Amino acid sequence: MRQVVGLILLLVLVAFLVWGVLVIHPFGYPPSDMDDYIIENAQEETGSNNVVASVVFDYRGLDTLGEATILFTAVTGVLLLLRTRKRREESS
Amino acid sequence: MLSKIVRTVANQLFLFILIFGLYVIVHGHLTPGGGFQGGAVIVSGVVMLLVAFSSKDLQKSLRERFLSIMESTGALIFAILGFAGIGTVFFYNFLVGTSIFGRIPPTGPNPGDIWTGGVIPLMNLAVGLKVIAGLSAVVLAMALFSIGEEIEE
Repeated sequence: MRQVVGLILLLVLVAFLVWGVLVIHPFGYPPSDMDDYIIENAQEETGSNNVVASVVFDYRGLDTLGEATILFTAVTGVLLLLRTRKRREESS
Repeated sequence: MLSKIVRTVANQLFLFILIFGLYVIVHGHLTPGGGFQGGAVIVSGVVMLLVAFSSKDLQKSLRERFLSIMESTGALIFAILGFAGIGTVFFYNFLVGTSIFGRIPPTGPNPGDIWTGGVIPLMNLAVGLKVIAGLSAVVLAMALFSIGEEIEE
């Protein structure tokens, strides 16, 4: 029974993946003109030679704020977990 | 703690790793790299010191309180720079055209000028500070914790 359910799920997954590959836009022709705009205007709008840096810190600065918050949360979590474990060792 | 040869070489190499990481951070708006990448380079140097020396020795010079203050400072500078451009939009690059980091390079390939990029170099510095402090704290905490486990056994 479990094998049959697994097989059905696998077939559904394969069908979705094949469908996704078939309907994807052709290589080299992205669906929006955002990339052309950024390549042409990034240098004079942000003054940065590195267009990737201008996207990361200027056009998509809010995403980078979220990324930095993820790092902060990860560090906080690691320190919190290890510190409680150490304190428990000291008390026992 | 490893042998004296390893410790000496690690001591000498750490300076060069530090210089390379700072170069990647400071030139984030000109060459590939940036705050995240340069910070990771410097933390790899810290990991090398951690392997060569014992983690208790390293803890004396790299205190956790100092690291947490450093990380919070980086996050604060980043958020303040984001809020500083709120007169137009959030994360607006308000320094382009002014005298601080405000020069505009010609469009197309050019050798690059350090005084360009507006707010981007400052944000790279803030994020670099944050990544150095955060990842160093994680690595140090994990090293100290693994030693505690050995003692327990």
